[in-house]
Amino acid sequence: MKGNEAVAEGAIRAGCKGFFGYPITPSSEIAEYMARKYPKIGGIFLQAESELAAINMVYGGAATGVRVMTASSGPGISLKQEGISFIAEAELPCLIVNISRGGPGLGGIQPAQSDYFQATRGGGHGDYHIIVLAPASVQEMMDFAIDAFELADKYRIPVMIMAEGTLGQMMEPVIPRKMVTEFVDKPWATTGCRGRQPNIINTLHLTPESLEKRNIHLFSKYAEIKAKESRAETFLLDDAELVVVAFGLMARVVKKAIMEVRRKGVKAGLIRPITLWPFPEEYIKRTIKTAKIFLSVEINMGQMLEDIKLVVNGEVPVDFYGRIGVNPNPEEIAEQLLRVAEREGI
Amino acid sequence: MKVVATRPQSLTNAKFHYCPGCTHGIIHRLIAECIDELDQRENSIGICPVGCAVLAYEYFNLDMLEAAHGRAPAIATGIKRILPDRCVFTYQGDGDLASIGMGEIVHASARGEKISVIFVNNTLYGMTGGQMAPTTLIGQVTTTSPYGRTVEQAGYPIKMAELLAQNEGSAYIARTAVNTPANVVKTKKAIKKALQTQMNNKGFSMVEILSTCPTNWGLNPIDALKWLEENMIPNYPLGEFKVKEE
Amino acid sequence: MAKGRVRFHTERCKACELCVHFCPRKILGVDMDTINLLGYHPVKVNLPENCNGCGICALMCPDLVIEVERD
Ligand SMILES: Cc1ncc(C[n+]2csc(CCOP(=O)(O)OP(=O)(O)O)c2C)c(N)n1
Ligand code: SF4
Ligand code: SF4
Ligand code: SF4
Repeated sequence: MKGNEAVAEGAIRAGCKGFFGYPITPSSEIAEYMARKYPKIGGIFLQAESELAAINMVYGGAATGVRVMTASSGPGISLKQEGISFIAEAELPCLIVNISRGGPGLGGIQPAQSDYFQATRGGGHGDYHIIVLAPASVQEMMDFAIDAFELADKYRIPVMIMAEGTLGQMMEPVIPRKMVTEFVDKPWATTGCRGRQPNIINTLHLTPESLEKRNIHLFSKYAEIKAKESRAETFLLDDAELVVVAFGLMARVVKKAIMEVRRKGVKAGLIRPITLWPFPEEYIKRTIKTAKIFLSVEINMGQMLEDIKLVVNGEVPVDFYGRIGVNPNPEEIAEQLLRVAEREGI
Repeated sequence: MKVVATRPQSLTNAKFHYCPGCTHGIIHRLIAECIDELDQRENSIGICPVGCAVLAYEYFNLDMLEAAHGRAPAIATGIKRILPDRCVFTYQGDGDLASIGMGEIVHASARGEKISVIFVNNTLYGMTGGQMAPTTLIGQVTTTSPYGRTVEQAGYPIKMAELLAQNEGSAYIARTAVNTPANVVKTKKAIKKALQTQMNNKGFSMVEILSTCPTNWGLNPIDALKWLEENMIPNYPLGEFKVKEE
Repeated sequence: MAKGRVRFHTERCKACELCVHFCPRKILGVDMDTINLLGYHPVKVNLPENCNGCGICALMCPDLVIEVERD
């Protein structure tokens, strides 16, 4: 099945009961899949008038304690940022899928990873983070949809799945996951106050004390997520002197390139961040001693690069190779790896 | 002795933060009385706006959410679609509903979303200090129309009740005022009808309520009621604009 | 004539005088000798025996100050 269909089916299997969205290429198949499926299985599909409305419908749906989601791309994700900030503050669990495209502006639907900053820095106003998962296969599109809802409920946080448009369109066989049937209690949900005190979901803090307390609370939660949920995949890392860092579909291309240059005797390896936030810092840290150089390969002008530099903190050089609008092929990456290896004497 | 007037169950004990004589308080009480009388307190979910009523979640004694500016109808939609048997209402000012939230309200109405909207029209932005709203009258002085609103510069006031009544999805649309005891009684009836429209699954309902802002109008509370009667009602006629039977 | 009784939660009163203005029997007024915690001279009933319990004062009060009972 297609990547976009896999993430939608994964969400359904995670028990997601509502989809609110606005069409945008290359994410629209997710909405179309839900529009086909939900009427048959008792879910709610609603095409909103805008991404602003869609994300606020998600706010309302999530407030009832039911699993709900939205999906979009570039300009649409930008419009959703107001709502995402509110949802993060109100601590409502939900899934936001970003089948990303290139920007800025209308940009284009060509493959890109240009929304890394937007996704990992919160994206909207205020101090906050959301969990960001970057799948690299159609199977992971399905798997991560389930993981995303589990994380969202566990930490009461919005979770984003961010994948390149190419992955959304890609066809691969998928082993279906079982339906999730156990859910955490949500005593905070606004469902009508029968038999209990009223619940309030709000994001306003009028006194400096309560505002600061709120931010401290959110950041202690983020610290826990950082400690427990940072995820990455590694490949041929043990003896690697040239450590490539790449995420999403790009990481698969890099793997092929690494195998290619290893045949030529270059000790290259890969760290593939799976959680873009929290950034898997430990994986980088552990490698600093053995690495001669880090190379960030991204389909943008160099965004994750900054996170790598923050962790490496000047101890070894960090280089960058990026394209935009095209997925570089393994040969092109291999060429770059050889260039860097030669320069660094690897 | 029989009790004629007392605090409704659907309000908490919190003191309102509104300015003296501001009719937001009357409208809060009327909504709460209607919810009590329809026995919906434990079945209701309310959504407050950004505007002077931003703290309404502290006043209603039921499940409440606070929305981003203008987005309450979208949040209400999300809730109502997931929980169709709940009584879901929004409380919104004219900046919130008729300016920044125009998209959300028009589409909620067009979809026939089974929610009830209480729309407080006081002709300006109260919370932010009295700026011009889409509902500001021609010639009216506000902090951002200091020489009086002109058509050349700012166009015409928006008549939300008339506008939304055109939508097929709107099942009950009325405009009332809270400037006299008789009009307060009528307002309560309209709010109740809006909630009943929702409970009977007929479609979207909205009551636009002409309300005062003595502070930003620069009038004492009683003169503000007179100003409402003399200036607002001629421009914003009262009545029911849509009553869908069946 | 019906007989009524009004009670005031004076700590909530903001002296807006809407009740004073609308009381058909003109028996309410602000109490210039008292200041409540909000900083206002709260309303009081000057001629309680003239109250008919119509409830109009409570109807127009924005701050839920007034409770009314009637025979
Ligand atoms: C996105 C956004 N823009 C602007 C504001 C600032 N703001 C707060 S309340 C308000 C207007 C409120 O006026 P209205 O809806 O008429 O309600 P009132 O205060 O008069 O009851 C504005 C512009 C905001 N909170 N959010
Ligand atoms: S500013 Fe105006 S609308 Fe807001 S509470 Fe005061 S009088 Fe009421
Ligand atoms: S109940 Fe009627 S008569 Fe009595 S004080 Fe109130 S308004 Fe006046
Ligand atoms: S209407 Fe209410 S707040 Fe205003 S003066 Fe009378 S009792 Fe006080």
